Amino acid sequence: MGLTGIEIYKLLPKTNCGDCGVPTCLAFAMNLAAGKAELDACPHVSEEARQKLAADSAPPIRPLTIGTGDYAVKIGGELVLFRHEKTFVNPPGFAAVVATDEDDASVAGKMERFKASQWDRVGLTLRPEMFAVKDVGGDAGKFAALAKRVSDETGAALILMSENPDVMKAAAGELKDKKPLIYAATAENADAMGALAKELGCPVAVKGDGTLDSVIALTEKLTGMGIKDIVIDTGSRELKKLFQDQIQIRRAALKNRFRPLGFPTIVIANEMADDLMGEGLVAGTFVAKYGALIVMSDFQPEVLFPLLIERLNIYTDPQRPMMAEQGIYPINNPDENSPVLVTCNFSLTYFIVSGEIEASRVPAWLLVQDTEGLSVMTAWAAGKFNGESVGTFINKCGIMDKVKHKSVVIPGYAASISGELEEEIPGWSVVVGPREASHIPKFLKSYQPA
Amino acid sequence: MAFELIKQKYTGSIRKVTLGLGDKAVTVGGRSAFPFYTFEGEMPHPPRVAMEIWDKDPSAEWSDAAKEPFQDVLADPVAWAKKCIDDYGAEIIVIQTKSADPNADNKPAQEVAAVVKKVVDSVDVPVVVWGTANHEKDTEVMRAVAEACAGKHLALSPVEEGDYKQIGAACLGYGHTVVASSPIDVNLAKQLNILLGNLGVKPENIIIDPTTGGLGYGLEYSYSVMERIMQAALTQQDEKLQQPMINNMGNEVWKSKEANLTADEAPDLGDPKKRGVMMEALTAVVLLLAGSDVLVMRHPDAVKLVKGFIAQMV
Ligand code: B12
Ligand code: SF4
Repeated sequence: MGLTGIEIYKLLPKTNCGDCGVPTCLAFAMNLAAGKAELDACPHVSEEARQKLAADSAPPIRPLTIGTGDYAVKIGGELVLFRHEKTFVNPPGFAAVVATDEDDASVAGKMERFKASQWDRVGLTLRPEMFAVKDVGGDAGKFAALAKRVSDETGAALILMSENPDVMKAAAGELKDKKPLIYAATAENADAMGALAKELGCPVAVKGDGTLDSVIALTEKLTGMGIKDIVIDTGSRELKKLFQDQIQIRRAALKNRFRPLGFPTIVIANEMADDLMGEGLVAGTFVAKYGALIVMSDFQPEVLFPLLIERLNIYTDPQRPMMAEQGIYPINNPDENSPVLVTCNFSLTYFIVSGEIEASRVPAWLLVQDTEGLSVMTAWAAGKFNGESVGTFINKCGIMDKVKHKSVVIPGYAASISGELEEEIPGWSVVVGPREASHIPKFLKSYQPA
Repeated sequence: MAFELIKQKYTGSIRKVTLGLGDKAVTVGGRSAFPFYTFEGEMPHPPRVAMEIWDKDPSAEWSDAAKEPFQDVLADPVAWAKKCIDDYGAEIIVIQTKSADPNADNKPAQEVAAVVKKVVDSVDVPVVVWGTANHEKDTEVMRAVAEACAGKHLALSPVEEGDYKQIGAACLGYGHTVVASSPIDVNLAKQLNILLGNLGVKPENIIIDPTTGGLGYGLEYSYSVMERIMQAALTQQDEKLQQPMINNMGNEVWKSKEANLTADEAPDLGDPKKRGVMMEALTAVVLLLAGSDVLVMRHPDAVKLVKGFIAQMV
């Protein structure tokens, strides 16, 4: 909220009736300012005050959704400039362009790659979620048909690209229930594109001439028409300039609560580099610096996969490492003779190690000790993965009832805990495994627990 | 009314640190704004790309993609360093003294230092010597290197809380720069710089290594700690953190599983060479945005991409 308690107090009835649950209007205003109360708790607030307060409490960057169903992309709603201040919340959507002048095989290839781009990592699925369908030449029928085909065959969220309102109407009208992004309203067509977006209830992008002034003029015009769901393309296609634009837009929205720039942004990376790897670096820049939608010329896994990992990294909540639950994880149907391995509960570590054991096809028991989400070496250095903690866990977790043998494999990087651990689990032998998880399959193939 | 740029107020700047000697010496730092925020501050010395070489043949550990450009020189550190400089435009050479690792070859310090000296004597760009992060062994190796290359103005790394007295003293004694290395923590980075100061190391001889996690393996932690170090330096008058930063990143990226999978092992991850190069270049971009001044990279294609990126951004 931008308003202070005193400013809010001035808008309240000042009768101190107490119906809101606190004794005075001032106390209630303070609670509102602190985000500890809802305005609706006061039944006496005037309509005018309600509107002012609602406008003020709206998120500084408009949250909105493009597409529907599985591939719907939520963007906007960001609250910080630096991820360590809190967290970045809505990861940017990735799109590839298909154009009406593109041959069929090329379009089909991109759709194939879209569908094949699904990777599991730390329990999540990494994948792109959008297509940008582009009109070249102004054939409305062709444009609508291509958009429909891509939507039907992939389910992807769509960005419809045409600056001709009639052409746009053909495709957006047909697909309006899928909530495509209308791209773009420009200085030339804003009235018609705005009217279309309003009529269809679809989000709309503005495209400026490379200046923020041109963007502001456009978003003010569209908000004046009652449109709320807007996305910004400043029109800059030069890396350095766009970098500056993105920072200015985010600052204006968050620091100054400047509404005309309080919208998520779209980056047209395919118009900013000569090849896909170059586009990848542009995309990577704006994954970190505030892009909400990123358009590229194609999905090729060798470029897309690293970008999706980057997106995952940057958008991970920095206050809370992702964690797996402490416990015994049976992998590949282990029995009483199967090896026992132990690791920490940092979710990245858990998924890497369990994935390698699974891939080895060797049945095994994986013990995951709670290290508060720290990796093996980090936890060791913090005193959370040592002989005592691992020993206590092995004693208590119940693994001793599940196996007949008495040996446990520890991570190679934790070799130094082995002596101490042996003291904690008398009669058991501690085997130092390989350092890198990728060597686990080879290790397991020749390892026999004693 | 025209939109007016919203500017961040800065109260400090990053110190300038010079690596190496003579014509090819490299100065980094001097920046008085967040990285590439040149609309509101100065960036007199753009970030530099260093290339790594190993002091032992890495063939057994490297993927084909990483080996291919260096096939003819992997067993010869001197030729390898020259190739990086002459063919791939390395502005700084980083020698990773992998042969010294007590958990592997454990080569004696004097032998390690002799190879380092050979490389140093045969190149004219600045050289950083990067140890194994084993305090006892690094102390032995770095002392020997510092002495053998006295006056060559190398940078020695990593200098950690556990060995700063020994290695820091060697740097002081023989005129080398300290790479002050701390595990992803603002306070520890600051603390180590204070300790080095007390030892007598001058700020213009300190570069921070904030510790680098590779893409998908802790990069986000490095990113945020670097942003925080930079904010403390530039906007909170924290003089002890106003040092340039270096990231030993190629080594982290290329040891990850995804950078090494072959096309047979991972048909759904595309071309293995381009994938590894992209992972390295993207990691570099993320680190540059967080405030890196020196990137230690491996693959020439990634180096080229990243140099192109820097050129567009300054
Ligand atoms: C990211 C990171 C952090 C993050 C934490 C991330 C997390 N959730 O754990 C933060 C910033 C919080 C952090 C903090 C600290 N860190 Co830290 N951190 C790292 C970093 C960069 C990467 C760690 C990582 O995520 N690795 C990836 C995971 C997947 O690796 P892993 O769990 O080890 O698993 C691998 C293997 O061990 C193996 N494996 C795992 N389980 C098993 C099981 C079996 C049976 C087998 C065979 C194999 C196996 O498979 C995995 C893949 O190969 C490393 C340096 C580096 N580049 O590696 C330093 C590092 C681990 N940290 C270190 C330190 C000292 C710390 C701190 C103690 C610093 C401090 N004093 O504050 C703190 C401790 C935390 C605290 N105070 O609570 C040191 C540890 C030094 C040491 N060996 O003694 C390191 C090595 C950095 C360094 N060189 O100094 N850290
Ligand atoms: S209910 Fe409204 S009018 Fe009554 S005390 Fe609360 S804020 Fe004031």
